Amino acid sequence: MKVALFVTCLADQFFAEAGVAAVKLLRHLGCTVEFPQGQTCCGQPAYNAGYWAEARQVAEYTLGVFENAQYVVLPSGSCTTMLRAFYPELYREQPRMFARAEALSHKTFELAEFIVKVLGVSHLGQGLQGRRIAYHHGCHALRELGVKQEPLTLLRNAGAEIVDWAATEECCGFGGLFSVKLPEVALSMADRKLSTLPAQSQIDFLTSADGGCMLHLSGRIANRGLALAVRPLASVLWEATQ
Amino acid sequence: MKVTANQYPQEAARVLREEPHVRDSVTGATLNFDNKRRQAYAEVDAETWRHWAEGVKNHVLSNLDRYLLEAEAKLQKNGVQVHWAEDADDARRIVADIARTGQVRKVVKAKTMVSEELGINPLLEGMGVEVLETDLGEYIIQLLKQPPSHIVGPAIHLNLEQIRQLFHERFQTPLDASPDHLAAVARKLLREGFLRADMGISGGNFVVAETGTLALIENEGNIRLSTSAPRIHVALVGLEKLLPRFSDLSVFLSLTARAATGQRLGTFVSLIQGPRQPGEPDGPEEVHVVFVDNGRSSVLADPEAWETLRCLRCAACLNACPVYRQTGGHAYGYVYSGPIGAILSPGLLGLEETKPLPYASSLCGACFQACPVRIPIPKLLLTWRNRAVEEGLTPRFEAAAIKGYALAMTQPWAYRLASRAVRFLPEKALDNTVVPVLKAWTEGRAGLKPSPKSFRQMWEDGEV
Repeated sequence: MKVALFVTCLADQFFAEAGVAAVKLLRHLGCTVEFPQGQTCCGQPAYNAGYWAEARQVAEYTLGVFENAQYVVLPSGSCTTMLRAFYPELYREQPRMFARAEALSHKTFELAEFIVKVLGVSHLGQGLQGRRIAYHHGCHALRELGVKQEPLTLLRNAGAEIVDWAATEECCGFGGLFSVKLPEVALSMADRKLSTLPAQSQIDFLTSADGGCMLHLSGRIANRGLALAVRPLASVLWEATQ
Repeated sequence: MKVTANQYPQEAARVLREEPHVRDSVTGATLNFDNKRRQAYAEVDAETWRHWAEGVKNHVLSNLDRYLLEAEAKLQKNGVQVHWAEDADDARRIVADIARTGQVRKVVKAKTMVSEELGINPLLEGMGVEVLETDLGEYIIQLLKQPPSHIVGPAIHLNLEQIRQLFHERFQTPLDASPDHLAAVARKLLREGFLRADMGISGGNFVVAETGTLALIENEGNIRLSTSAPRIHVALVGLEKLLPRFSDLSVFLSLTARAATGQRLGTFVSLIQGPRQPGEPDGPEEVHVVFVDNGRSSVLADPEAWETLRCLRCAACLNACPVYRQTGGHAYGYVYSGPIGAILSPGLLGLEETKPLPYASSLCGACFQACPVRIPIPKLLLTWRNRAVEEGLTPRFEAAAIKGYALAMTQPWAYRLASRAVRFLPEKALDNTVVPVLKAWTEGRAGLKPSPKSFRQMWEDGEV
């Protein structure tokens, strides 16, 4: 199976190891991985800020980059949502572009979702035996894509324990532009979410499929001097195979 | 009501800084409401109910002219006097006329958000009429001279200690009085109010066009008393509040209660069919329904925002919203707060007066999942943001930055250059204060640290 990796700009710049892990993982599962080198960003910053003309420019560019891919896989729930749900939304009134956006939408998957739903794999290995993991659901993956069980299944089947986290489905306060437009509110949301975690001695690390949430949460964790590691889901899933 | 929505960012920050107890009170209460709402949805086929309710409301809104006229005719047939208020001034004039003609000196009010919207209390007080809010939460904030902080729980931002202190000062109750004791003190006062009032003012959850029935949902019994004890009852009803058939109430009453408080039905449901009839022992002599437009028909004409008018004012979206939870409702600067306020206020008041509200969301989508009539709140928040851009209401540096971003992201060479630049910058540059966006980021969060090598570079160097 041929997979085009859309590494996403955040992972490219800040979580390069997640991109590497995603490639190794997909190859390990028998996929041929391509990295279309024209790729940049999905355009969500502009879309989210209301600049739809600019978002369409980036969307149209990205549609071109991935037009010939069989599958497009992203190590990010939010960027997957941009391609799958918001690109068609941007072209509601342009039938030709809408059709192109729909075609891309149907072949685009978040990494864990792709592994479980498309590859039909739910056991990666036993590499996470004894790991106690706090899972942060990105809001877009959870509520726009309905991806909730897939990452948890892969982690649990590799021997990890997902710790009980009261606010696991609550927004962490990143929200793209939101995190800098209303920083006080965004930080208060992060604090509230982190305050419902079990004691740090009961967690090995926090993981998530979303780079934005991880930058926000890990930035807050470091600022407050908490001892909690934050690791990209792709890296953890690769570890599961080891 | 005075609109201060443009102060939202500053106010939200101030509340978090200076009144941290607000976050605690609001978070506790809304999480409780939200959990109960989930349980109450789980008891029924909530998805089917929500789709059905959405459909009924869409039908009403698409045929509103017809249903309003039908409702008017049925209400009049029932002996109800119907008034049409195009805007707040109009509504205030109508209420003032009714009060003057009826020689009203004392008014009891059942909880109504439309009345807050129209500024009815200051109007009546200006006429020398005594106004008493009879919902316990409304009564508490009336004593404090504050606007409601939540659509259903107006005093949600206060904690028990603050209410104890208030009652201690006003009514000399002990500082450790139990909530039951405090409620009993208020009850005694309010009961005297009901018996002495000349006029009761309520809102309306629904008006049934088919039968001219005004439906009201509540838990305290104060609406029942406000609408039946005084000789005049005035109901202020937004003109989107119609339902076609009496039988529609069977779902809408329960759905509203489930969404709002997680109850199967409100403790009291009043279905008002008009004034006291000959031979009946009680009920008001006059019933007035004031249909209020005040910006609603322009929202209805809006090709996107019209869906906002399905709103039942249940506040399920407020309870589900992690952004609302941090500050409560006052920061939003208008009577309707939280996610629904963030899309309704721009529709009713215009974007110029409410610019920051569509950004008062992380777009997490919890509001849409909670909404009993499936208003696409996240989508409409984005729509209002897009309009702010189209109307040139966003900061110039932001517009320039996004243009630059779009350029860089559609030119691979520019993206590469930016990627290199990020790694050549001195470490402090990303950690600091020159660029406003980075400054906003690093106040409270550790600085951004790029990976030593970008993924792209590793791929091109054959390291993957």
